Amino acid sequence: MSRPSTVALMIIGLLACAVLGIFAFSGPLTAAHQPRLDANRELVARLGLTDLALFTEARYTRHPSQADLHSALQDHPGAFDHFPSGSLLSPPAHLTRIGPDSHEPVAGKTASPD
Amino acid sequence: MSPWLEKQRHLIDFTLASLARRKTRNIGLLVVYTLLVFVLASLTLFSNALRSEAKYVLAGSPEVILQRMVAGRHDLIPPGYLEQIGRIRGVQKKEGRLWGYYYDPVLKANYTFMARPASEVDDGMIMVGEALARERGLAKNNTISFRSYSSKLFTFEVVAVLSPDSELLSADLVLLSEGDFRRFFEYPEGHYTDIALSVANPQEVRNVAAKLTATLPDSRPILREEVQRTYQSVFDWREGILLTVLAGAILAFAILAWEKASGLSAEEKREIGILKAIGWETGDVIRMKIWEGLLISLTAFLGGFLAAYVHVFHFGAVVFEPVLKGWSVLYPKFALVPAVDGLQVATLFFFTVFPYTAAILVPIWRAAITDPDAVMR
Repeated sequence: MSRPSTVALMIIGLLACAVLGIFAFSGPLTAAHQPRLDANRELVARLGLTDLALFTEARYTRHPSQADLHSALQDHPGAFDHFPSGSLLSPPAHLTRIGPDSHEPVAGKTASPD
Repeated sequence: MSPWLEKQRHLIDFTLASLARRKTRNIGLLVVYTLLVFVLASLTLFSNALRSEAKYVLAGSPEVILQRMVAGRHDLIPPGYLEQIGRIRGVQKKEGRLWGYYYDPVLKANYTFMARPASEVDDGMIMVGEALARERGLAKNNTISFRSYSSKLFTFEVVAVLSPDSELLSADLVLLSEGDFRRFFEYPEGHYTDIALSVANPQEVRNVAAKLTATLPDSRPILREEVQRTYQSVFDWREGILLTVLAGAILAFAILAWEKASGLSAEEKREIGILKAIGWETGDVIRMKIWEGLLISLTAFLGGFLAAYVHVFHFGAVVFEPVLKGWSVLYPKFALVPAVDGLQVATLFFFTVFPYTAAILVPIWRAAITDPDAVMR
């Protein structure tokens, strides 16, 4: 019967080989996805898509990059964000950035509806 | 075999026998430790893969999207805006886009309706995303009716179901003709949801955005780089609920390590005393315990990492699905590119294996340098 140390070292060795294999085959495995990625990029360009359809429950989580400053708190001023995915997604950086090129002030300076 | 190697193997044999004496406790520890690595590695792999996928595919999104804001809310683009943009230098192409959301009471799900030119979709026809088709049981040539917000019933024929490979982008999409879109949502003629612009020179994008804000002060340009940056911070460990989850896991691990570091059980102390009494040196005792730490932490790390890899890239991160799904009904089925970031794995290794192995050394060293008689008593 083999010694316990042989069994233990073999288990760790096999696991380590599997992890190293992930790194070694990362290139070919990634390359296999390239046609799908290219097709998706083409779809994005053709339809003009801007966001991933990961959270379809609310408009500011379906299209976070298109959300305005108030969309998460849409019901009334001071309203809580009540969609669960709102707590997973942070607001896009360009909404919260402070600086001369920030679009944030635009939201407060809009004209009345036509 | 060299005497050094033979000695280490004997130490490992002894360590395993010692671990087997407290089987339940050590197996429990190994399971918890592996689970911790599994959760942390799954999060790392999933968010990293999603970020790189978003970065690649969204590089094809419009260079500038122009929205109109009214009282802080996104509003329709009125007639005349497209003509005014036409006078801005650097804008190569401009296109008024029509899209919006529709709540389907049958599924209790939100869809994204998007108008396409007549060359792509005819009146009365629609193309739908795979997730929507799956949930509504739709296939090519099926018909489906939607009741519009003004309570009129519209019937469409499904001319195509979008590729399942694009589900991450198109799960809830309904593509229909411009005429159908305007009739369905009763969109006023000449109005658009927003405007997509392409800019000839990439260096000019920011200048064009500034000119757009000056020409149309109530508009908000969203640049492609901002769209991409939105997804570069998605599931960032510093933000949102992930930080809370990670903080919990890290605290739990800290307690585990602290429990190990703060003291040895009476049984372990007695074992060390006996070993020293029968002639083991302090160095041997410490080496044995280093092997114990390495065997447990390496097995947990490697096993946890492999399980996380399989979970994320072969089972579509099913453990996270209920959390990510939230209240949404439509959730895309997607395969991510199995790209692994070596630095992230190294960081994970450092923060899981190293503290555990280090934590068990301190109390062992304290026990090993004391008099065996005092330890056994």
